[in-house]
Amino acid sequence: MRLNVTVNGERRQADDVWEGESLLYVLRERLGLPGSKNACEQGECGSCTVYLDDVPACSCLVAAGQAEGREVRTVEGLAEGEALDPVQQSFVDAGAVQCGFCTPGLVVAAHDLLDRVPDPSDEEIREALAGNLCRCTGYEKILDAVRTAAGAR
Amino acid sequence: MDFLRPTTLDEALAVKAQRPDAVPIAGGTDVMVELNFDHRRPGALLDLTRIGELAEWSSSDGQISLGAGVSYTRLIGELGDVLPGLAMAARTVGSPQIRNRGTVGGNLGAASPAGDTHPVLLATGARVELASVRGRRTLAAEDFYTGVKRNALEPDELITAVHLPIATGGEQFAKIGTRNAMVIAVCSFAIVLRDGHAGAAIGSAAPTPRRVAEAERFLLDELPWDAPAPLADSFKRRFAELVAAAATPIDDVRGSAAYRTHALGVLARRTLTWAWDTYRGSARACA
Repeated sequence: MRLNVTVNGERRQADDVWEGESLLYVLRERLGLPGSKNACEQGECGSCTVYLDDVPACSCLVAAGQAEGREVRTVEGLAEGEALDPVQQSFVDAGAVQCGFCTPGLVVAAHDLLDRVPDPSDEEIREALAGNLCRCTGYEKILDAVRTAAGAR
Repeated sequence: MDFLRPTTLDEALAVKAQRPDAVPIAGGTDVMVELNFDHRRPGALLDLTRIGELAEWSSSDGQISLGAGVSYTRLIGELGDVLPGLAMAARTVGSPQIRNRGTVGGNLGAASPAGDTHPVLLATGARVELASVRGRRTLAAEDFYTGVKRNALEPDELITAVHLPIATGGEQFAKIGTRNAMVIAVCSFAIVLRDGHAGAAIGSAAPTPRRVAEAERFLLDELPWDAPAPLADSFKRRFAELVAAAATPIDDVRGSAAYRTHALGVLARRTLTWAWDTYRGSARACA
């Protein structure tokens, strides 16, 4: 089937999309946006988190056809040109990135948290990131990054 | 595979009548996992996310009619005050991303014995609304679950709503898992106490979520409803024994049958205390 979807503000079209395919597959393999990562394919790890109509979702659990006519914002759509979003910059500054595989999902989840709760408590940060797994960092630097980003926004 | 995208409920029911093999998909948190792992190849997917009627809730006569497609996040935010037990269960579902997409209708469709909302639906006396081109019917939640991941849905039917009473007493839900987020229940328990009603149900401890009738009867007959005082430890222990005795759990990767039985007793004792405290508070407020 043909899929029409707005991604990062741009109207995109993909052809020959299989009806059982995930939005994540479409983004990575058909639209050239490999920022969202494919790890667990069952919603456990959060590495594929994107905004779907402004609501964060695991794109591996969204059927491609469900995104028809909708707006998707991926990690690639957070920066303004060369200027990183404060969340992205804070991850860099705090050393919150090790292997980097979980980072795109964490950045989107943290971005959404700070949109909803500008000055979150540690409990609120932990709750907001509960669906994003990182196997490298032990999360402390990630928490630092989110606290720093909250101050910078 | 076909991807079917109705925009009204009537259209969806007509499609489902023509294509009973079509698998309904809302949040996708169960269906997409099965597709991603090649466990299922349905003839068609029936997308329910464009049907406005399913994403609404309404309130009348002390009841909430909760559309099958309302997300857990919305349920928590918009109905947490009036459906506290269901909101507690919803908060334990997955992660923020999962709660943004997942729905009570999807929990019912999957009918997993470990589904988080089932014990609350059973304990509060919820009714499940089903629709087809033949008409609408409602079933008591306890008549809806028919086996492991089996429910009473006919091939041409869709789950449209859940009807449940606004809380007037104490409601509690508790769940055992290895962490707070992203866990399938090892076991779970819900209790609802209001005037003339004592509901209690177990999850992940039998082939289906189930009410614990003897324990409910004990509460109804023995709780000091007219002069609500704190409960004796012996009373709570008796309730815990009755709950544990109603479980028929299995050993699996998440836990042993013996652990589940023990843990259910603990959850029953604790949640009874909390729910009774809330009930006593509401009884005082009305006096």
